[in-house]
Amino acid sequence: MGDRQISNIQPLNNGDTRGGGSSSTLISFANVSKTFPDGTHAVDNVSFTVEPGQFVTVVGPSGCGKSTLLRMGSGLLPVSSGEVNRADGTLGYVFQDATLLPWRTVQKNVELFCELRSFDRSERRQRARDAIDLVGLGGFHRHYPAALSGGMKMRVSLARSLTLDPPLFFFDEPFGALDEITREYLNLELLRIFAHAGFGAVFITHNLYEAVFLSTDVLVMSSRPGRILRSFKVPFHYPRHLDLRFDPAFAELTGEVSEVLRDE
Amino acid sequence: MTARHASSRLRSSTYRLGPPVVVFLAVLGVWYAISLSLDPDRQFLLPTPNEVIDVGFVNQDNLFQVLEGLLWTLAVSMTGLVIAIVLGMTSAIMMSQAKWVETSFYPYAVIIQTVPILAIVPLVGLWLGFGFTSRVVVCVIISIFPIITNTLFGLQSVPASFHDLFTLHRAGRMTRLLKLQFPNALPAIFAGFRISAGLSVIGAIVGEFFFRKGIPGLGRLLDLYRARLLTEQLFTALVFSSLLGILVFWGFGFLGRLVVGKWHETT
Repeated sequence: MGDRQISNIQPLNNGDTRGGGSSSTLISFANVSKTFPDGTHAVDNVSFTVEPGQFVTVVGPSGCGKSTLLRMGSGLLPVSSGEVNRADGTLGYVFQDATLLPWRTVQKNVELFCELRSFDRSERRQRARDAIDLVGLGGFHRHYPAALSGGMKMRVSLARSLTLDPPLFFFDEPFGALDEITREYLNLELLRIFAHAGFGAVFITHNLYEAVFLSTDVLVMSSRPGRILRSFKVPFHYPRHLDLRFDPAFAELTGEVSEVLRDE
Repeated sequence: MTARHASSRLRSSTYRLGPPVVVFLAVLGVWYAISLSLDPDRQFLLPTPNEVIDVGFVNQDNLFQVLEGLLWTLAVSMTGLVIAIVLGMTSAIMMSQAKWVETSFYPYAVIIQTVPILAIVPLVGLWLGFGFTSRVVVCVIISIFPIITNTLFGLQSVPASFHDLFTLHRAGRMTRLLKLQFPNALPAIFAGFRISAGLSVIGAIVGEFFFRKGIPGLGRLLDLYRARLLTEQLFTALVFSSLLGILVFWGFGFLGRLVVGKWHETT
């Protein structure tokens, strides 16, 4: 099944600041490129950092190397050139597919990471219960994934990562397969949890409204090979409400992002 | 509401059971027709169903002979099946852990499957004698392949994203096997058990056609009744051997639903 080792993650904060981050930087990508063995040039010279409290969203057309970027950031995939530096601590990684083990109940699924990290039984139970409550699924502990809706599965997936209290989260189009109403609702929920748990995030989507609504920063990526075309600071304060989407300033910003995407 | 529920259930079970019952009655009718139209001195070829019941089921001596054979065949086939399960799953797990084991041995597992069992049986008898051991070995040979393939398939069909999760949290090979691959393989493994259980019964019966030592099982009896033209008892033995197959198939289906039914839709 190929290489299953965590690779190429350099420890941060050992005097090496080539990544360009300050001492609290959660992750930095410095001139990262990826070319696959078959010659596909997926990511081209991408640089950015994520600081605590930053919610960075990467938008771009399908197949532009967004997911590849996250896989390199997590160490699942080695970089071809450039450097990724990640701070200590676990990484929360929510995939587009909820990846719940079908033979485990919600409770047992949420306990999984603590189990893999050898937490003792009472500790992992408590953490799982807290996380399930935080994502609003209290009462569903004994359900099997097959009995849950798509939105609920994503919440379980999120809860599972929250148990380890990671300082940094990757979200790889987590709501891409959901209907619009569920997506909006989960966006709000995610912001609530973001405010509560205080992690930094890299969020991937091809939905502009979602990108602007959630983030402190929006990076627009080109189609393959993925380059960062432009980055935007999102000026709106948290907590944000759905009404924000009808704010003229919101419309103006999404319009600008959209234009960058269209021009490339 | 419960009454309506009950009546609709009754109706659906009528729809399900009705057609096979009609077919059964039709077959019985044709059977009677052929049997009664035969020349009296040729009627032993196809006795009527009630003659079969009289001689084969009502006559206790005859019935007990078949039942004893049935138990013996069951013992042989289940021993063979258990050995096939242990050997088959062990080898599948080893194949899943190292590619070279798979590439080295899997082709031979396929060959075992493709060699006609009737060609192997006499050899096994020559080497291991004509008793219990040989019969069990035949059962193992005939039933091990579905266990190997199904277990291996189940272990290897874990979605890549699940492996990524385990990689991210630094799971070792053993953890990955026990907490991810093995549970993932369970539905396929039980499907394999079900196929192999049926094959193992066939193996036990076929083996007995060649191995004539020891207590006669169903296979020996079938051969004996055929040789002596005891058609009624031949039918009895036939009925019980298919019942045994059905029972074993159903039993393992039930076991599978018990273990994985809560989260997996078993067919």
